[in-house]
Amino acid sequence: MDLISNLSLGFSVAFTPINLLYCLLGCILGTLIGVLPGIGPVATIAMLLPATYALPPVSALIMLAGIYYGAQYGGSTTAILVNLPGESSSVVTVIDGYQMARKGRAGPALAAAGLGSFFAGSVGTLILAAFAPPLTEVAFKFGPAEYFSLMILGLIGAVVLASGSLLKAIAMIVLGLLLGLVGTDVNSGVARFSFDIPELTDGIGFVAIAMGVFGYGEIIANLAQPEDQREVFTGKVEGLFPTKEDFKRMLPAVLRGTALGASLGILPGGGALLAAFAAYTIEKKTKLHPGEVPFGKGNIRGVAAPESANNAGAQTSFIPLLTLGIPPNAVMALMVGAMTIHNIQPGPQVMTSNPELFWGLIASMWLGNAMLVILNLPLIGMWIKLLTVPYKYLFPSIVLFCAIGVYSTNNNTFDIWMVGIFGFVGYLFYKLGCEPAPLLLGFILGPMMEENLRRALLLSRGDWSVFVTRPLSAGLLAAAALLLIIVLLPAVKNKREEAFVEE
Amino acid sequence: MKIKSQKDFFSGLMFMGVGVAFAWGATNYTVGTGARMGPGYFPLMLGIVMTVIGALMTFFALTVETVDGAKIGKWAWRQVGYILGANFAFGVLLGGLPSLGIPAMGLIVGIYALVLISSLAGHSFNLKQVLILATVLAIGSYLAFIWALKLQMQVWPTFITG
Repeated sequence: MDLISNLSLGFSVAFTPINLLYCLLGCILGTLIGVLPGIGPVATIAMLLPATYALPPVSALIMLAGIYYGAQYGGSTTAILVNLPGESSSVVTVIDGYQMARKGRAGPALAAAGLGSFFAGSVGTLILAAFAPPLTEVAFKFGPAEYFSLMILGLIGAVVLASGSLLKAIAMIVLGLLLGLVGTDVNSGVARFSFDIPELTDGIGFVAIAMGVFGYGEIIANLAQPEDQREVFTGKVEGLFPTKEDFKRMLPAVLRGTALGASLGILPGGGALLAAFAAYTIEKKTKLHPGEVPFGKGNIRGVAAPESANNAGAQTSFIPLLTLGIPPNAVMALMVGAMTIHNIQPGPQVMTSNPELFWGLIASMWLGNAMLVILNLPLIGMWIKLLTVPYKYLFPSIVLFCAIGVYSTNNNTFDIWMVGIFGFVGYLFYKLGCEPAPLLLGFILGPMMEENLRRALLLSRGDWSVFVTRPLSAGLLAAAALLLIIVLLPAVKNKREEAFVEE
Repeated sequence: MKIKSQKDFFSGLMFMGVGVAFAWGATNYTVGTGARMGPGYFPLMLGIVMTVIGALMTFFALTVETVDGAKIGKWAWRQVGYILGANFAFGVLLGGLPSLGIPAMGLIVGIYALVLISSLAGHSFNLKQVLILATVLAIGSYLAFIWALKLQMQVWPTFITG
């Protein structure tokens, strides 16, 4: 069977000592930033990108991927023990997880999150391995018109599923697309919007944007908040293993969370955060068993379901990236950048031209998930200690790593000026309530969209109807329109706002 | 006329401004036609879309009622100043500013400056702790970036190492 031979190729790549080492390193880093509130995977991956120049591409991608799904594990620890989401995707875990910790059941809560995540991660990896090849086949049938429509669908999907104002999210995407166009136009060689600054003719570095907006912007916003004291359960976590009763409750929740997370992860704009929200909402709708703790008071299902969902979503959001070359969320947009740095053009051809990279990355995810269970359950004490590190030591370190990281991308201080400017822009977005993730997505897709639009219109001699007369393209655009209409329906609109405001 | 949502009102203005700027800038390049898109075509299109979105946003901000007026609130200028100041100081010290005749002071000096300045943005400031943190980070960065990853950058001031 193909799947088995592919996976064995993958494992043979992933099982080399060097790749195991980088996988472990990525998982440790991921857990670390997951545990620490105030720094997320986007800023971390951006910070580490320059450091991966010297690595072989497979190792680099394995490590960066590990950071992303590792953060999903680490985030739950903080959520449960500190009542603070370590990662945005564990926002809902806080509700029941912290209540369990207050009742002295932190152990089972952590175990539910860890084991649920592991199960979900394994299933997600299998889905990725099984669905990637057929999807790649479809992708090869795509012409420029289809690609353009697909990107429209992707971007619309991203805003529909994002939280907050729809109009603002669309505006942020367009802004991202525009910023992506700065630099030399590949077709005519004209340097656009570069103001005669030589560094800008290469375009704005996406590392500078990601670090400035997600790193500096967030630090400034965090520091502007008044200092608050939170109760941290740093004491010894006892009785890690859930009871039989817990397992009985957990199991269906984990299964539901995994299924939901895996399907939402594939959708553009989906990924971990949305999956966790949806899973918790569904659990809350189900009927309580007699004698079960109600939701919001420390129900183990309220921890198991969203944690499984966010991990499954993190895994399957690699599908659009690896098969179509289209990033479904901000982290995947950074992965596109990472692949480009290593001279790999993301898209359907990756699987055939770099099979060892493709399958090696997938296999490493399963290994990484296994490592993470060990890192997060038996070694939980180590991470708890980390939670006692005060923020005043953390933020200068983050600023330093951002500055060094961005400098080393080109060995040019110009990038340091850029990251500073985008730091202010990031804070401005925060103040104006503009979610920055769609901006990064648009930024990565900008040049690709222009190129495909140009080719499609060139082939059709300037006839815009090509996008609706080609059936695949028309279908994709119809799906995008449908998504928009559904969200704008009054009933759905209110529900959507409720879902994002409530928790 | 009353602003119903401050955040949306100013976001709308910002997007309108950026949209107009990009669209206007795009007209400096060849726009071309659909079949032969010039470098100005796509940016002009996007700039117009963005201006329209910004205008809509501003309009809704003036008409749609919100609960609390979505106030922007106070700006944290002190934090902005220290964090970005630390970043810029690091850049100047690391690479120097030839146009102003400032020599490169190198990574280590830069780290001390960055940690000192950025720490001023925090809720409390304790010089001794900050210096310890800076020393730890300086040694750590030297080991990680210069010794292990072999990144090329000025480590010590130019007048010492030349």
